[in-house]
Amino acid sequence: MAQVSMTVNGAVKSGEVEGRTLLSTFLREGLGMTGTHVGCDTSQCGACAVHVDGKLVKACTMLAMEADGAEVATIEGQANADGSLNTIQQAFQDHHGLQCGFCTPGMVMSAAALLKENPTPSETEIREHLEGNICRCTGYHNIVKAIMAASGQDVTAIAAE
Amino acid sequence: MYAFEFEKPATIADAVAALGGEEAQALGGGQTLIPTLKQRLAQPGTLVSLKGIPEMAGICVADDGALAVGGATTHATVAASTEYPGLAGLASHIGDPAVRNRGTIGGSLANNDPAACYPAAALGSGATIKTNTREIAADDYFQGMFTTALEDGEIITEVRFPVPEVSNYQKFVQPASRFALVGVFVAKYADGVRVAVTGASEDGVFRWSEAEAALSANFAPEAIEGLSVDADGMIGDIHGSKAYRAHLVGVMTKRAVAAAS
Amino acid sequence: MPKDSGIGASSKRREDVRFLTGAGNYTDDINVNGQAYVHFLRSDIAHGTINKIDTSAAAAMPGVIKIFTAEDFAAVGGVPCGWQVTDKHGNPMQEPKHPVLAEGKVRYVGEMIAGVVAETAEQARDAAEAIELDIAELPAVVDMKAAVQDGAPKVHDDLPSNLCYDWGFVEENKGAVDEAIANAAHVTTLELVNNRLVANPMEPRVAIGDFARGTGDSTLYTTSQNPHVIRLLMGAFVLGIPEHKLRVIAPDVGGGFGTKIFHYAEEAFVTFAAKAINRAVKWTSSRSEAFISDAHGRDHVTKIDLALDADNNFTAIRTETYANMGAYLSTFAPSVPTWLHGTLMAGNYKTPVIYVNVKAVFTNTVPVDAYRGAGRPEATYQLERLIDKAARELGVDPIALRRQNFVTEFPYETPVAVAYDTGDYNATMDTLEQIADLSGFEARLAESKAKGKLRGLGVNCYIEACGIAPSNLVGQLGARAGLYESATVRVNATGGLVVMTGSHSHGQGHETAFPQVIAEMIGIDESMVEIVHGDTANTPMGMGTYGSRSLAVGGSAMVRATEKIINKTKKIAAHLLEAAEADIELKDGQFSVAGTDKSVAWGDVTLAAYVPHNYPLEDIEPGLEETAFYDPSNFTYPAGAYACEVEVDPDTGKVTIERFSAADDFGNVVNPMIVSGQVHGGIAQGVGQALLEGVVYDENGQLLSASYMDYAMPRADDLPFYAVDHSNGTPCTHNPLGVKGCGEAGAIGSPPAVVNAVVDALQRNGSNVTHIDMPLSPSRVWDAMNS
Repeated sequence: MAQVSMTVNGAVKSGEVEGRTLLSTFLREGLGMTGTHVGCDTSQCGACAVHVDGKLVKACTMLAMEADGAEVATIEGQANADGSLNTIQQAFQDHHGLQCGFCTPGMVMSAAALLKENPTPSETEIREHLEGNICRCTGYHNIVKAIMAASGQDVTAIAAE
Repeated sequence: MYAFEFEKPATIADAVAALGGEEAQALGGGQTLIPTLKQRLAQPGTLVSLKGIPEMAGICVADDGALAVGGATTHATVAASTEYPGLAGLASHIGDPAVRNRGTIGGSLANNDPAACYPAAALGSGATIKTNTREIAADDYFQGMFTTALEDGEIITEVRFPVPEVSNYQKFVQPASRFALVGVFVAKYADGVRVAVTGASEDGVFRWSEAEAALSANFAPEAIEGLSVDADGMIGDIHGSKAYRAHLVGVMTKRAVAAAS
Repeated sequence: MPKDSGIGASSKRREDVRFLTGAGNYTDDINVNGQAYVHFLRSDIAHGTINKIDTSAAAAMPGVIKIFTAEDFAAVGGVPCGWQVTDKHGNPMQEPKHPVLAEGKVRYVGEMIAGVVAETAEQARDAAEAIELDIAELPAVVDMKAAVQDGAPKVHDDLPSNLCYDWGFVEENKGAVDEAIANAAHVTTLELVNNRLVANPMEPRVAIGDFARGTGDSTLYTTSQNPHVIRLLMGAFVLGIPEHKLRVIAPDVGGGFGTKIFHYAEEAFVTFAAKAINRAVKWTSSRSEAFISDAHGRDHVTKIDLALDADNNFTAIRTETYANMGAYLSTFAPSVPTWLHGTLMAGNYKTPVIYVNVKAVFTNTVPVDAYRGAGRPEATYQLERLIDKAARELGVDPIALRRQNFVTEFPYETPVAVAYDTGDYNATMDTLEQIADLSGFEARLAESKAKGKLRGLGVNCYIEACGIAPSNLVGQLGARAGLYESATVRVNATGGLVVMTGSHSHGQGHETAFPQVIAEMIGIDESMVEIVHGDTANTPMGMGTYGSRSLAVGGSAMVRATEKIINKTKKIAAHLLEAAEADIELKDGQFSVAGTDKSVAWGDVTLAAYVPHNYPLEDIEPGLEETAFYDPSNFTYPAGAYACEVEVDPDTGKVTIERFSAADDFGNVVNPMIVSGQVHGGIAQGVGQALLEGVVYDENGQLLSASYMDYAMPRADDLPFYAVDHSNGTPCTHNPLGVKGCGEAGAIGSPPAVVNAVVDALQRNGSNVTHIDMPLSPSRVWDAMNS
């Protein structure tokens, strides 16, 4: 066992891990932050997506010890300081971008990473960016729409389709 | 995963020393290795991360004009680079955005998955694989599926790509994994055209020499009209037959030539 | 103007807030103090005799608490099947025992042989690898037609063959159907495969068993669509625990799509093991494990004939289907290819006689059961592909051929034993033609051609039967359960309501939509109503959520219970207002006396019920809590028309979905936003089936499509925005809300549209391809184009 320490959503967190402890396991079981979900074991579904040092990564495909000393952002830290939903979260609710909610943390973290790099992505850019995030409920229609809306784009024409 | 120790050295020398330990294995971005470990298909005693070595990360242009990419450079970094558009384009479609933020060129080339993208770029560019001990020409480096010229404990520290006049990579994805069902990298240099094919062959990445000759004479899609690779030796699986892959090699080559810039 | 609350309003989902902030409570998020972990040793052989299981070395591994094998389960029952089908000779189906852990033989890759319980999950897995197994491999049967040949290896040695049942429906009609086909002006025949799928809810299954030594109570936390069903099946049939000593909790569940209906051996294992070791036991499935342990879906091979007269009227339909059951009968497996499939073979059309034959077959594969649509997608796909083929053979417009044969008068008794109450198939087709912009197709075809792409248009209709009922009828058909639903409505003293429902939400939005109904009935704000579901300890016995039944059946129970509440509150209001009960009106949360300005607020009446100082105690009890069980008198029959436009890359065979449009009749709609979302998701799964998804076994029973590396899940860039419409609702006549159900429609209606479109694209390009089996992967389409 070894000690790791990282800043998670702005607070320093540390704990004992094995070499084989995944970052997702450390977050969920070590820190009790169960918003980060694990939906596959081949690094494809993206339910576990978090940000490490500002970059979108899959927490199930990174060792906790690789994140030692890093800045980690998870779904639990995304809401506004007053607890209200942030712009992306609010857009997901407004446009029904989630159903069962299991892929949702990864979708929100992935969307946040996209909008940071590309503030007004096209539909195609959003769909390509979501290659690593699988949703089984929504058919993606309302997820794509929510991300477009979160970026300030007018989505009323999509509603009419 | 089986239990293992984790080390993260800060220099190549320390990494080499750590890899000299019993059952030690290098860890690049882990985007293939960690899923492999989860399936318990590998049992390293120690994983040696190559992510903490500053001299192995980043991109620069060498004195001879070649693009030098550190072995621990992520796909995302290569994708964002401008010096070699064909290479950047290839990197921008490896995996997905999260994978590109972790996965490294050294890790991909060391693994040499027969459906990975980077081997096509390295072979198609006539790149030089630099390790902690030597330089290996790409033509000598790839030795079949998951097999390379690397010795145990040898680390890819840098990959040097001669920058071609024009180039392009066309990937036809396997619908599930999104790896290359067939990927073709075409690069036109002053002294000739190189064509490297990934995803298709049971022997891993290969150069399509007939197409290279035809394209060296006439760099146009129609130049390879009538040429085909032998379906024998192609991969046949639930995603496509040998004949289908052989056919796609021609289609993707033409498209890469047409799109080369 | 769209409404902003109540029935018909697109109220935003209240559950989203917790899901969007990482505050959901899924089963794997639950950890019971002192819990141990189980890892299951699963067979990597499809068929074999277990000669020896030696756990001695494994038991000595670090952290191991106990290793369970079949011997430990000798005293408990097998995993039960919930539906007994009677074959065409009047005999019951063959029903093999389904042990919790393999007994003597293994019958599919993934079957549980042993459960290793240890302090950590990794220790359990380490020890499972140390179990010494000696299994003598036997020849496996994978192909259904081969499995029913004489001399085929038998999956179950104690059964006469691999045939579970040979079902004829309606057997008495067979002669008339054969005759009509023999005398037809034209007969179109099609052989096709309805590809085997894995449901793949994004949350893998999880089960935690717990046992309270002090009280002797067992608790199971599980990823289920129907916790009461699990409690009944596991308690009564497997473990022998009376229901009052067993609590089943299904908290937030990350999608179901059918595969979380069933009672699984893992649930029985953890509940049993927790009591045995006196500690909670947790199992979390990996995705790889899910591929070999979640019940699969579909997997039919069908030959279908359509007879037409000289005027192109349908005169008869005949089908012969082989349906894969896998190695054991999963909970509702026998009902899927029979009562959920044969009864839908009339589709939207008035065909006088129909005969459906289904041979259900055991194979050395994972059990197969209901997956979104369950039998109805298989029926729709056959029929709508066949009609498309017939139209092409006859040189008539596929839409016109459908319209000509539509059922137009309701109620309509089909020749396959169901009665459609309402519908307007021409109206949904009219809407489809508009929203799909079919008149613009030729222009888009030209654009595609200019890009070197082949464009095609596919259209189809569908009808489904939802809210399967009534219980007394389904009992005659072989169901071993009732199919009612329940609700308890508890009104608190200050006027807020809690609805405890037997339905379960795993993405459908019950917590938002159900309050909309109650708010409308009482005239209060939706926020005053809270929904409780998913825990047998605090909800009335209910059958859960599947088959698009929640609103039609569970919602109806809630309406009935609320009506009881309203009746009682009117009595109280009459007393408070000193008026006759018959004169009391409830509107906007106010009780008033008709024709006067006298009124009393909802909250004052509810307070009176709990503080009954001024109250007619001699006539009515205090308190406000009512329960209703609702058992529908018929199925509901959602229907619609779908259109798909594809482009095919002639060089690679790759198909892209360019447009997808769906016009549905769901009856009345409570929350249009949620309904559209359900259709979107269904379409994506249907497109997934048509283009991407498919389970592949090799001849030895090894699963080749065993992870997302080889099983292609639909992703955002595989799909376009969809055009959906549900404005043509013809209300259901037999439930109080007039609703029909919308959860499965998209998955039922979309596969034939996609395949019809691809065939259209190829034929427009001069190809004589008449059919390609799903999934229409690039290689299959290219092979078809070049064969």
